[in-house]
Amino acid sequence: MFRLVLRRGAGLVLTLLVMSLAIFLVMEVLPGDPAAIQLGTSGRADTLAALRQSMGLDQPAVVRYLAWISGMLRGDFGTSFTYGVPVAGLIAERLAVTLPLALMAIVLSTAIALPLGVIAAARNGTAVDHGATLFTQICVAVPNFWIGLVLILLFSSQLGWFPAGGFPGWEAGLGAGLKALLLPAVALALPQSAILARVTRAAVLDVLNEDFVATARAKGLNRSAALWRHVVPNALVPVVTIMGLQFSFLIAGAVLVENVFVLPGLGRLAFQALAQRDLLVIRDVVLLFAGLVVVVNFLVDMAYLALDPRLRGRA
Amino acid sequence: MTISAVWKSGSRLRSGTRLMACVALAALLAAPLGATAQAAKDALVVGMPVEPTGLDPTIAAPVSIGQVTWQNIYQGLTRISRAGKVEPQLARSWTISPDGLTYTFALQPGVTFHDGVPFDAAVAKFALDRARGATSSNPQKQFVEAIDSTEAPDAATLVVKLKRPVSDLLYRLGMPAAVMVAPASAEANRTSPVGTGPFRFKAWAKGDRVELERFDAYWDKAHPARLAHATFRFLPDAQAQAAALRAGDVDAFPEFSAPEIYTAFQADKAFRTVVGNTELKMIAGMNNARKPFDDVRVRRALMMAVDRKALVEGAWSGFGTPIGSQYTPNDPGFVDTTAVLPYDPAKAKALLAEAGYPKGFAFTLKTPQMAYLSRSAEVLQAMLADVGVTVKIEPTEFPAKWVQEVFKDKAYDMTIMTHAEPLDIDIFARENYYFNYANPKFVETYKAAAAATDLAERTKLIGAAQRLLAEDVPALFLFVMPKLGVWNAKVEGLWESEPVPSNDLTGVRWAE
Repeated sequence: MFRLVLRRGAGLVLTLLVMSLAIFLVMEVLPGDPAAIQLGTSGRADTLAALRQSMGLDQPAVVRYLAWISGMLRGDFGTSFTYGVPVAGLIAERLAVTLPLALMAIVLSTAIALPLGVIAAARNGTAVDHGATLFTQICVAVPNFWIGLVLILLFSSQLGWFPAGGFPGWEAGLGAGLKALLLPAVALALPQSAILARVTRAAVLDVLNEDFVATARAKGLNRSAALWRHVVPNALVPVVTIMGLQFSFLIAGAVLVENVFVLPGLGRLAFQALAQRDLLVIRDVVLLFAGLVVVVNFLVDMAYLALDPRLRGRA
Repeated sequence: MTISAVWKSGSRLRSGTRLMACVALAALLAAPLGATAQAAKDALVVGMPVEPTGLDPTIAAPVSIGQVTWQNIYQGLTRISRAGKVEPQLARSWTISPDGLTYTFALQPGVTFHDGVPFDAAVAKFALDRARGATSSNPQKQFVEAIDSTEAPDAATLVVKLKRPVSDLLYRLGMPAAVMVAPASAEANRTSPVGTGPFRFKAWAKGDRVELERFDAYWDKAHPARLAHATFRFLPDAQAQAAALRAGDVDAFPEFSAPEIYTAFQADKAFRTVVGNTELKMIAGMNNARKPFDDVRVRRALMMAVDRKALVEGAWSGFGTPIGSQYTPNDPGFVDTTAVLPYDPAKAKALLAEAGYPKGFAFTLKTPQMAYLSRSAEVLQAMLADVGVTVKIEPTEFPAKWVQEVFKDKAYDMTIMTHAEPLDIDIFARENYYFNYANPKFVETYKAAAAATDLAERTKLIGAAQRLLAEDVPALFLFVMPKLGVWNAKVEGLWESEPVPSNDLTGVRWAE
């Protein structure tokens, strides 16, 4: 068990190193000179050269890559070309929006999907099941940014219950912050919950047909007790796998949803930095995203061990 | 009382409290909205489509920097009024030597920066010297470089000596790139700006908003800021802009992004809509060194194939003013040159045949992703097809790819772009600019206009320069983008047009 954790940990570090190299190379190949972008259509050769030097762009690629990695190891994430402030601070400000948003979305999607999936499976073939299928099919088909636009039109423009995007900052109070994040979280959560509900339904149906469920019922356990005590725990492994995968989708979705709701989160930071070729910001944010996904996958692997005692012996 | 009654009343009580909790929650959620609407009388939220990159207009070109800071945080020796006229500001008067080479400015006394540092001639000298320094990335460097020396004989006098006369120096000194900054605070201005304006910088939540507050020690007691708080919010998406306006999250959008949504606000009495002019000249630049664009007959034929009015209609819902040259109706000395090469497809075809292309030709139009540019490119494509010219639209990404491929490498046939700098007709006189355009006669005319010391002479020469461009069409001159202003009907004092890209909030207030 300990060796398994160690092996996965080493894999995690290696993955991040490969990722960092890949990100760096992609940004090198991408056309667009950050200094030229900053100067725009008034750029001249002499000012461009001076600016490139002050940005450190005149150094060879190898030197810049090593400087980036060694800086990261020392906890120095560099300075943003466009904002002129340390990237670490920028990321910290943005994480304060994106992490709560992602957490809210996960909680929401799980809270919708698990009961929906389990009940649909338990009432297999009934009107409840068909209703759940219809709901999930619609939610899977509709992209989250479109849901976001509809939510804004309905709840902000028409009803005026929520702000039409933007984020007041946590200093404006917990209530105001959560309120600004609720609609985007719903927009993110709905498509995810649909997928999760379908997986849950299928997994529960599979387990329902197993012999031990019949045995439990034969022992005299009623339907609902058998369902929650024996079926659901055994159906959780595929559900947790999907939840882990969804975390990556959530980050990708956050880029779109944050843009629709004009939330100053990590996704929007990455999007803006890419347009401005703010190289250090892009590299740091993408690596952070990659790191988050790798860590979550690692945690999912660990969760399997907790959920399925049979896996523990194999390591 | 039976057991069942207790159970029932208990359940009624519980559902009652639940209802009350819902009401309380709803009230809690609704409360902050009501509160902001009440307190909004001396606070204004202004929406902008683009977030500035840094808050120092003296080191970087993006116009969004000036749109937040110019006249609000920073001020210049002179300023450009909403009518596009030069007015005194931190210099209260000036004299110009007869040869046009020496400017003596009498500076405004009693001016302090937001950090308490007094403004005097030494500070003014520093600011100009910094802008023209060897490593300066000032967007107006082209012009401040004409300064030979700066002197501060006493605290209230600044003497600027030029290498050559610059007829519009006073205008250039009024622009965002020439604002006054102090030695101690200049370096940090990019993130925490310090100026002499009526508002001081409070906070910048990057990706979301910049907050300003009234500066109580402001020098110009006759024109203090009317607002106590001003916030700039950045909303790139037109749908989000409209939603924010309707929800009351944003009070004013001086430059709304989508004409097709704008018309809905025009019909709404809660909003005031004002269509003004910007300095954004949309032009389709050609690579004048490449065949067949090196032939003036071809360029003229392409220009005559374009119906500018129909283009404005098709691409931007009829908002916008056709232009025939790189000059806008805001600019001093503007002449209307749209009739020089008017829409005439038959003549265009004849010219093409004369140039050796009776069956037309094909070329690539590199088009940035912005909606106004790609839509205009599609309309151009249709119009040029009518005279037998096949346009292949190749999408490119602005700024990154466009700056590299078109601006730096000049690897293109034709492109389409909006140029935002005021009075930038000189780009056609620059060597090695992306048009690859070299016309000694234009360079000579422009230089004479730029050096003219007499206003009448300058007006005559700058008019001639515009006409030369209109005849030679190094780029297809299309139209000036409109300033689609929309704001709460109770907001007063915002500028209608933008002779300088800006949002001067000094006189802005809420009607009683």
